Amino acid sequence: MECQEEKPIIYTMENKPIVTCAGDQGLFTSLYTSLAQQLPREPMEWRRTYGRAPKMIHLEANFVQFKEELLPKEGNKALLTFPFLHIYWTDCCDTEAYKSTVKEDMTRWHNSLRAHSSADWVIIVVETNDTKKKNKTNILPRSSIVDKIRSDFCNKQNDRCVVLSDPLKDSSRSQESWNALLLKLRTLLLMSFTKNLGRFEDDMRTLREKRTQPGWSFCEYFMVQEELAFVFEMLQQFEDALVQYDELDALFTQYVLNFGAGDTANWLGSFCAPVRSWSGLLLRRPIDMEKRDGIQRGEASLLDLRSYLFSRQCTLLIFLLRPWEVTQRALELLHNCVQELRLLEVSVLEGALDCWVFLSCLEVLHRIEGCCDPAQLAANCSHTVGLWAYATDKLKSLGELCGLVSEKGPTSEDLNRTVDLLAGLGDERPETVSSLQSPYKKLKEALSSVEAFERHYLELSHAAMEMYRAIGRLRSARLVGKSLAEFYMKGDPERAEAFLQEAVKSYTSEGWSLPVTHTRKQIAECQKLLGRTEDYLQTSALLAGDGNLTTEERKHFCQEILTFAAKSNDQSHKVTLSMAVFSQLTRLQFRPATASVHSGAVLEAELTLRCLMPVSVRIQQLAVSIHFDLERAGTNGRSKGASRATNPGTVEFSQADPSAGPASSVAAAGPPLELDEIQDRSPSDNSLNSTGVVCKNTHLVMRRHDTGSPPDTANCVSPPALTVKDGAQMLKVQDVTLEPGNNSITFTAPSGQPGTYTLRQLYATVGQVQFVLPHIYPSVQYEVYSQEPQLTVEPLSEPLLAGLPQTVKFTLLTGHYAVKKGDALQLSNTDTMPILPSASCPARITSPAAELVGESALSIQSSEKVTSISLPATPPYHTLEFHLEVLCIIPHGPDRPANERLTNGEVRHRPRSYSHPDTPMTAIDQRMSIDCPWSIYSTLLALTFYIPFKTKHSVLSAGNRKYIQVCLQNVSDVNFTLAEMQLTEKQHELLELQSLNTKTQQLLCSKHSLFCLWEVRWKDDPPSCLQCVFSANFSPPKQDVSTFKPFHYQFQLERVSTLYSVRAEILPPAGEQHCRCGLLSGLEVCITRLTEATEGEAAEDSKTDADGPKSTKLMYEVADSSSNWAVCGRSSGMVSMPMAADAAHKVRIEVMPLFAGHLPFPKIKVLKYLPHTAAVAIQPDPDSCVENDSLSLLDKALDDQGDTASIRSRGSVHSVGSGDQQPQRGVAMPRLEPFDAGQVFNHSHTQQVLVLPATDDHIMEVNAT
Amino acid sequence: MAVCIAVIAKENYPLYIRSLPTQNELKFHYTVHTSLDVVEEKISAVGKSVGDQRELYLGLLYPTEDYKVYGYVTNSKVKFVIVVDSSNTSLRDNEIRSMFRKLHNSFTDVMCNPFHNPGDTIQSKTFDGIVSGMMVPPG
Repeated sequence: MECQEEKPIIYTMENKPIVTCAGDQGLFTSLYTSLAQQLPREPMEWRRTYGRAPKMIHLEANFVQFKEELLPKEGNKALLTFPFLHIYWTDCCDTEAYKSTVKEDMTRWHNSLRAHSSADWVIIVVETNDTKKKNKTNILPRSSIVDKIRSDFCNKQNDRCVVLSDPLKDSSRSQESWNALLLKLRTLLLMSFTKNLGRFEDDMRTLREKRTQPGWSFCEYFMVQEELAFVFEMLQQFEDALVQYDELDALFTQYVLNFGAGDTANWLGSFCAPVRSWSGLLLRRPIDMEKRDGIQRGEASLLDLRSYLFSRQCTLLIFLLRPWEVTQRALELLHNCVQELRLLEVSVLEGALDCWVFLSCLEVLHRIEGCCDPAQLAANCSHTVGLWAYATDKLKSLGELCGLVSEKGPTSEDLNRTVDLLAGLGDERPETVSSLQSPYKKLKEALSSVEAFERHYLELSHAAMEMYRAIGRLRSARLVGKSLAEFYMKGDPERAEAFLQEAVKSYTSEGWSLPVTHTRKQIAECQKLLGRTEDYLQTSALLAGDGNLTTEERKHFCQEILTFAAKSNDQSHKVTLSMAVFSQLTRLQFRPATASVHSGAVLEAELTLRCLMPVSVRIQQLAVSIHFDLERAGTNGRSKGASRATNPGTVEFSQADPSAGPASSVAAAGPPLELDEIQDRSPSDNSLNSTGVVCKNTHLVMRRHDTGSPPDTANCVSPPALTVKDGAQMLKVQDVTLEPGNNSITFTAPSGQPGTYTLRQLYATVGQVQFVLPHIYPSVQYEVYSQEPQLTVEPLSEPLLAGLPQTVKFTLLTGHYAVKKGDALQLSNTDTMPILPSASCPARITSPAAELVGESALSIQSSEKVTSISLPATPPYHTLEFHLEVLCIIPHGPDRPANERLTNGEVRHRPRSYSHPDTPMTAIDQRMSIDCPWSIYSTLLALTFYIPFKTKHSVLSAGNRKYIQVCLQNVSDVNFTLAEMQLTEKQHELLELQSLNTKTQQLLCSKHSLFCLWEVRWKDDPPSCLQCVFSANFSPPKQDVSTFKPFHYQFQLERVSTLYSVRAEILPPAGEQHCRCGLLSGLEVCITRLTEATEGEAAEDSKTDADGPKSTKLMYEVADSSSNWAVCGRSSGMVSMPMAADAAHKVRIEVMPLFAGHLPFPKIKVLKYLPHTAAVAIQPDPDSCVENDSLSLLDKALDDQGDTASIRSRGSVHSVGSGDQQPQRGVAMPRLEPFDAGQVFNHSHTQQVLVLPATDDHIMEVNAT
Repeated sequence: MAVCIAVIAKENYPLYIRSLPTQNELKFHYTVHTSLDVVEEKISAVGKSVGDQRELYLGLLYPTEDYKVYGYVTNSKVKFVIVVDSSNTSLRDNEIRSMFRKLHNSFTDVMCNPFHNPGDTIQSKTFDGIVSGMMVPPG
């Protein structure tokens, strides 16, 4: 070690900063080992200039013997050979010796350093006890040798002389002095670095600033800055070293870019020289001295410079443990170099760059593999895969260039080219000669033969693909696969197809139509090569319908299919293809639109097919297979209505385009929603409870979209496994020509058997080729039904009015029954609704399509029991219509005959009348029973008639005179003329009813009422009960007299005669002429009995005072509802009236008028008072009860109170009747009972009296605002 | 300027793709489609970090020898891809960003059109114009 070489070898990168040693070499040699060991042991902090962060560094040094030549000459920029520190060693302790020899030598050394203006030196004086002992006599007590040296050399720099004591002894003192020495050395070294590097950097910067000057050369500058990088590397500061190279890289890149922008630098000329060598990157050496020399000489090509720069960067990055940055930078570099060569317009042999890139990629990968373990490599595929793929690419293009992928093998031209390319590679580098797998060998081998090329290419491709897969870049993997498929196509189309299929699946599922088309074309080529006819035809069909291709190409593929179809007649070899690629079913329309016909009728289905072929195609047969289903709901024609809603006549097929583009967007968005509106209505009044929207195809919409399996079968290139179901029934059309675009084809659907027919599959046969649509979706059905004959009767006009002749319409749907001549309908006659005979009764026969088929007259024969209508002959599924006139007889008077109530809801003989919620008219249901020839059962039909009138009656009194008023209200919507209004009484002969009506005929408009009045006169006793019948004739206005129909109204009146008269008078206060507001007046009420006691009355009341004169108790009550009067004192009281005519009773009551003006009299009510003892006396009289009840129903004269009272009394009556006659007091209470209308006549009813204001000067308050 | 501009739906089918008419359209389809690999990688990498404010610009997706492919993804996962010729060295990152921003704005306008059905391919003339503006070299 002590003998250092003259020139240090720098490419080993084992460099250390140089430290020279002068003086006693023997001494140094003895200390060298421990010095070299101990110097790097502890780090030192290196403070840097320019604000760079301080760093801790371990210092090492290369100690060399001092020579004058080592000192750098002026202008020498070399840094690596620069001695950073000079040491002078001495162990002299003898003053004499020092003076005589050592000082002299030291001075020479010092002077030569000064001559080179080197200030980094130190003198080390080694003291040992041995030396001290040896020269004991000469020891100067006061100043040592050290002091002398210091005074001689260290001019104010005492630290430049260091003492090392007993270095070879193992003592604490020795250790201490070692440490001091090491620290000193480190400090001095760092000082030297800072100073010298700083100076160097300054020089470098100055040089860089001169780059715009004409003579500036990048290569020179490169060497200078690289020197700095070397030093940093030497100091283990790789980061700083890398920065130097990156700066150089950026500077160079900028120059190239400027060149591109037209700013040419002279020195760039050398880089523009044609590329002669493309040996690739060389990363195995720390420094590629060949290239470096080339750069130094200015002879390097662009590739050389880039290669060298990158190799240095790579080395440093690997030192920094950043291998993945190497791969990333490598890819950038390779791309960049290719661009730069293009930009600089450097002429390159075709393929040379490919070689260079290929070699470089592999070299980088090898380098990385060399410094990482396999697990690490596998985990970082994402960083290396780009290089793999790039290398694969380049090898492929080289293979193409050199004719290695053509089927015939390389031509001589190709071979020449290969030789040229190989020549540019030069010889293999010594580093890799021994390696079997060097990139150089690989390339050479690959280019040498077709087989070797294939082997290498496949190896690379698969490696790249595997890596892409591993990191989840499937699209990239497929692209590599596709490129691989192109290669396989030459020899192994089967494998090629697998790759292509995978690729096309991915493109289809993501909707990239152009790649799909392109890949499919390749697939078609593959399949043709493989002779897979069916697949090829399927793909051809897809391509023929592909809008991305030119018409020419599409025609070509279409022709391929047609040629095959026409080729042979070998029936065994039929090819089934998917319909979707050939044409699309867009619409299906049924005629008639209901898609529902009776059996045997004609049903047409019009199919709209969008043909995707570019030319018109002649089809031998187009067929739709049908699935037949026996109708589940039976043959009832009524069910048709429900199915009609779900079975519209026109079905639109929303189909995805088989060409990939929009298909995927549809697939992504899912199928269109099929929405239906639902309404929930209350069953009672049909009001809307809730409404909503229902999605019918949730199972499709909500389905998870699997990217793996595209939903559209058309995208599968291999046709789906089609099973041609040979349905028994088919829709067929022969010889159709489908033009490109929409075609409409009409089928006649079979409609023999009743049931549901579902269209299942669609076939189009072209020679040997059959296109099949395996499922028609949404499913299309039509229905063939068989219908029972049906008879309906409905009013011609609503509503049917009772009492007038009305026309009803008979509709007979013949269904499957053919009406023969002589068939007749037998209507059972009812007396409440006779059928009116008419002269001619025409019947219309219409076909199912509502066309008139025929018209003929019906003959109607009526016997006592039945009316027979003989029908004309009518074919099945036709409609027969005719009208009949019927009359519904209005039931007399109030309904509910007495017996009906007793039978308690048994079947009534009379038609029931009831009030209808929709109309104010009273309704009557009439039933008809019809015997039909096609059935052994009678058909029961109901008709609803409405009574157009409502009748009310009332009794009016004037003293003893009585009047009966009948109010007839027209509740219908039509006007009537009324004539001959009459009122008759059945029981009393002597009763006279005098009509006070003036007109005999009267118009009664709709919603109006007519009042008729009769005075009742009797000869002797007034009748207690009257049975009256009101009758009138009515007809619609302006009709003949003969058309008048009778109307009857029966009613019953009871207790008609007046029993009491009430007369009231208001007496002004004493001395006043008139009543005055606020003053008490007298109200005198006089109740007079008008008649003797009648039978009923006697029965009711007389029991109490059997012995005395017959009297009854009345209660009067004065009530003023309008608050005009204040009743003072008693307002009501009891009066006992003798039951004799003209018996009278007077009552006086004090009242006070509260207002001035004409005030109506206060109301005076008179009521029957029944004391509690009298309650039991009421005779249980069912008749009277019934009368009571019926009265309340007739004119509502009695309120509910009365009604329930009578019922209660009846209940008590029963209990009494079962026991003895003894009254049961506990049950009955005294009660009041009102008189019937007309029994009490009030003379002063509505009479008024004048009331004066209280005083004349009363104050009127007027509020004005 | 750009040689190819593509808008890709969330489900990875193209909503819009246009390349310079002089160039091989198919090649760009392949390039853009493959770039989705890297887009997905970048999106999922972003998803892992908690960073709320997501950077829409994905930067350089990958360089090829001839082209540089840049990516951008909207919040609704619609992807924009711009392919630039590698020889076009004058384009800076900032300019690419501003192109994406312009594209995004125009895309938003398209989406605001009530007659546009989200998920359909873009047929807006205005959008076409903006894209053309980015593809034509300036001057």
